[in-house]
Parts: sequence; structure tokens; C-alpha cells
Amino acid sequence: MMSAAITTRPPTAPVPHAPAAGGTRRRSRVRTRLELAFLLTPALLLFVGFVLVPIGVAAYYSLYSWNGFGPLTDFVGLDNYVDAFSGDVFQGAIGHNLIIATLSIVVQLPLSIGLALLLNRKLRGRSVLRMVVFAPYVLSEAVTAVIWLLMLQPGGFVDEILRGVGLGGVVKLWLADPSVVLYTLFVVITWKYIGFGVILLLAGLQGVPPELREAAALDGAGAWQTTRHVVLPLLGPTIRIWVFLSVIGSLQLFDLVWIMTLGGPADASSTMATYLFDHGFKRYEFGFGSAVAVILFVICFVFALFYQRFALRRDTAGALTGVR
Amino acid sequence: MARRNTVGYLAAFAVIGMTVVPLLFVVLGGFRTTAQINSSPAGLPGPFVWSNYAEVVGSPQFWRLLGNSALIAVIATTLAVVLGAMAAFALSRYAFKGREAFYAFFTLGLLFPLGVATLPLYLWLRQLGLLENPLGVAIPEAAFSLPVTIVILRPFMNAIPGELEDAALLDGAAKLGFFWRILLPLSRPALITVSVLAFVTSWNFYLLPLLVFNDSTNFTLPLGVAMFQSEHSQDTAKILAFTALSMIPALTFFVLAERRMVGGLTGSVKG
Repeated sequence: MMSAAITTRPPTAPVPHAPAAGGTRRRSRVRTRLELAFLLTPALLLFVGFVLVPIGVAAYYSLYSWNGFGPLTDFVGLDNYVDAFSGDVFQGAIGHNLIIATLSIVVQLPLSIGLALLLNRKLRGRSVLRMVVFAPYVLSEAVTAVIWLLMLQPGGFVDEILRGVGLGGVVKLWLADPSVVLYTLFVVITWKYIGFGVILLLAGLQGVPPELREAAALDGAGAWQTTRHVVLPLLGPTIRIWVFLSVIGSLQLFDLVWIMTLGGPADASSTMATYLFDHGFKRYEFGFGSAVAVILFVICFVFALFYQRFALRRDTAGALTGVR
Repeated sequence: MARRNTVGYLAAFAVIGMTVVPLLFVVLGGFRTTAQINSSPAGLPGPFVWSNYAEVVGSPQFWRLLGNSALIAVIATTLAVVLGAMAAFALSRYAFKGREAFYAFFTLGLLFPLGVATLPLYLWLRQLGLLENPLGVAIPEAAFSLPVTIVILRPFMNAIPGELEDAALLDGAAKLGFFWRILLPLSRPALITVSVLAFVTSWNFYLLPLLVFNDSTNFTLPLGVAMFQSEHSQDTAKILAFTALSMIPALTFFVLAERRMVGGLTGSVKG
């Protein structure tokens, strides 16, 4: 559409940043500077003022023992960090984050790929099916948490369904048994976020030219072989971005856990973020909480840098790095 | 072929079941009484009870939550998209020293998730006197939506042919005039995508409003749902009705935006 609009115009000479008189050129350079300042300054102020400053300030607070009120006087150096890392609860929380991240990759990724391949086929009612798969993703974590909290009540909906289909033996105290609760939460997380992976992968599948599949089929490749050797490699960039977002998301897990279990019972489902919230806000340990925030941030940051360096390098043209 | 499609339909059926059953549990549960739900959690409404929904719809609390959420989401989206579009324009259509550095600086924000920054953000907002203020939630949400807005908009604006700009400038338009009259209208698909992302992020956000608002008259919908659940924990049916109604805006919005979102994301993932 756009190219049509261009070709109907008579060809014009490219624009003249032609050598004009010195005065005009300088005036236009000043003008360009002013325009750039007008365009960039508001965004920069917003970004620096509300993204960078708070994180910098946190690094500063983290060196103090501080209850959030009054002046910062009690300088403790790196004690907050040492305390955090040497505490069982925080170590446990990091472990829970890692378990969720690993499970996401091992369970959700194959599931998302399978669903995306399925939804990309010519099934009747496909568009409805897409909508349905995406629906949980647009619900807020709060709504999701409340829904599952009610369904998972002892003797509630889930238990009754399981008993109804003869699986009464697997019924557990889904949210109250410390050895089960983390996996229960993982199921809820999967229910909520699977649609996002499917959206991304469907978008990626649209970039696989149908000619390639046809060519593979002509060469005698079966459906599975085509998928395995033609489609999946082409989905590589999308899969790598999904893994990135999924791991970062797992490291920051908060809302669902906080509403459903508050990190309990007995810290069995705590995450770094619930730990942070518990200490920073519930117990007014702002210096300590800031240290936990910095740790969480550094973990995400280091992961992101490494991942970008080793996995995303080739894919992110335009998406995550400045190179177009 | 027929066999493969049968497998496909079976899988589709299972997926729909897994997804829809919890939603039906909520919607249908709202039409039952708590006593019915307790005696048979997986049963159907019989007879249908309208009073739960009627009470929620009739309560000013629900509408106030809805209004608060909408106000904050609109402010956050507007700020992020307007400032993001301006910055993306500067970073895509001007050649100047340090342009790539500026861009890299903004993309750094993709690594600073709002969740991580919330505690320091809270202290910062307290210092600025923005607690109990919708702006105290909307402004940081906009700031954290800015990087993804710029990352999606810049390649899009870059791809608009230079000839259009040259022609506009030849016709006597100023560069900012070109931005306003030509580039922005042409960027509409990408603008819609980033608006949807910013809006949904704000609409669903839980942690920041949880900290900024103590006074429940300021609460947003996600806070309201969680609060309602803990306050009425004995009245399951009413919680379900409340939750069902609070799902409607997000689901409606999603149905309207779904097609565009897939299209817009295609662009962003492939660069």
C-alpha cells in the first residue's frame, strides 16, 4: 500500500541537506538540537527518575540497618548481604525460584511448542481455540490466584473432580502440604502463562515459509521429520526469547504466590520476591529488604547478560540490542 | 491425515477443558449459594441464584475499583506511548552522535523489572509525596513500559521509507510536522500494540498499588479482588461472582485486541 503511494509520485531528487549559507546551516543545527532535546528529554527524565534512581537508591540503603524512618545512621557495610545469603529461608527461596525456572523450561516449553503447532494447523474452530488458550494470560495474577485458591480448597472443586474420575488417591492438601505446594503453584503458573508462549511461537511460526515444508514433504520427509528438522530450527530465535522471558519471570515470581500462600506453609513456597516483601514491608527492615532487592536485581542482570552474550546474540537484532 | 486431525481435535478438546473449566467454575459458581458450593463443589447451579451478581453490581465498591484501575491504566498508557513515540522518533529519524548509546540506555530498562524495583520505588514515592495518589502508580508503570515501547516502535519507524520524509520536507513541512502528520498515522499498528501492552501491564499490576495504597477507596481491581476474597472468605459464592465480574474488562479488551497483538508481536520478535 505504501509502496504504491510512493511510485505514483513523480520521482524527486533526494533532499537537500545541500550546502546552504553558513548561517542557515548553523541555525538548522541548533534547531535540530532543540528538536532532539524536546523529543528525548521527557522520556529520559521519566526513565531515569523512576527506573534508575530507585535502584541506585536501593543499593545505597542496602548498606544500612534502617527501619524506613528517620535518618540513615547505622552503617553496616555488607552485613545485610551476608545475613541474607547465610539465612536458610533465603537460600530456600532462591532454590524455589530455580525449581520453578527449570520446570518452566522442561514442562512448559514442549507444551507451548506442541500447542502452537496444533493451533497453526487447519483445524475447524481454530480461531476460537486460540482465544481460549490465550484467555488466562490476560487475566490478572490476582484473579488467577483467587480462582485457584478457591478451586484447591480441601474437599473443593479439584478434589471432587479427581474423586469423580477415580483418582481420589492422588488428592492432597494442595496448598497446605509443604512438599506439594510448590508444584501446585507451578501448575497454576503454567495454566496462566502457557498462552503467552503460544502467542510468541505462533508469531514465530508465521515466519516459516510454507514452501520449506512443501519442499521437505516432496523430498519424502514425514510430518515429524519436517517439524523436527525444518520448523523447530526456524523457531530457534523465538524459543530462545521465550526461555529468556520465562526465566526472568520465574526469578521474580510474586503475585500468585503471595495471594495464594504468602510463601507458606513454613516458607515452603517462598520466593526471593516474597521474602523481600515479607522483610522489607511486613517487618520494616528496609535496609535489609533493599539488599535483597539488589541481590534479586543482580541475579536477573547477570543472567540477562550471559544469556544475551551466549544464546541471544544472533537473534536479537532490533529486539534487545541496539544493532539493527 | 484424518487420523492426525483426530489427534489434533482430541488435544484441542483437552486444552479447552483445562482452560475453560476453571473459568466456568467461577462464572457458574456465582449463580449458586455458598451452601450449594460447599455441599457439592463441582455441581451446577440449580436453581440459578442471581443475588450474588446483583449485590456486586449494585455495590459502589466494585465500580470504584473499576474506575481507579481505568484511570491509572489510561494515564500510564498515555504517558508511556506519547513519550515513547517521541523518543523512538528521535532515535530512528535523526542522525546524531550517541544515538545508539541512547537506545542501548533505554533497552537497559528491559532488564529492570518493576517487581524488583518496587521496594526502592516505594521509598522514593514516599519521599516525593506520591503515596495514596493514582499518579504514584501510573508514573512508575509508564516509566517501566517505556523501554518495550521504544524497542517496538523504533524498528517500525525506521522501516518507513525515507522518500516520504524527503517529500514532506520538500513540501515545506517541518520535521516535527512530518512526525505528527505522517509518521504517527503510519505507525498506527505498532502504536496499538504498545498501547495494549502498556494498558494490560498496568491493569493487572498488583505489587505497586499494594504498597502505594493503604486506603481501600484508592484500590485497583486486582487489589480489590484479593481483598474481597480475604474479607468474605466464608461467602464463596459472592467471591466467585465478584471475581467473574472483574474478569470481564480484561477479557473484553483482549478479544478486541487479540488479532493486532499477534501481528504486532510478530514484528517485535523478528526485529
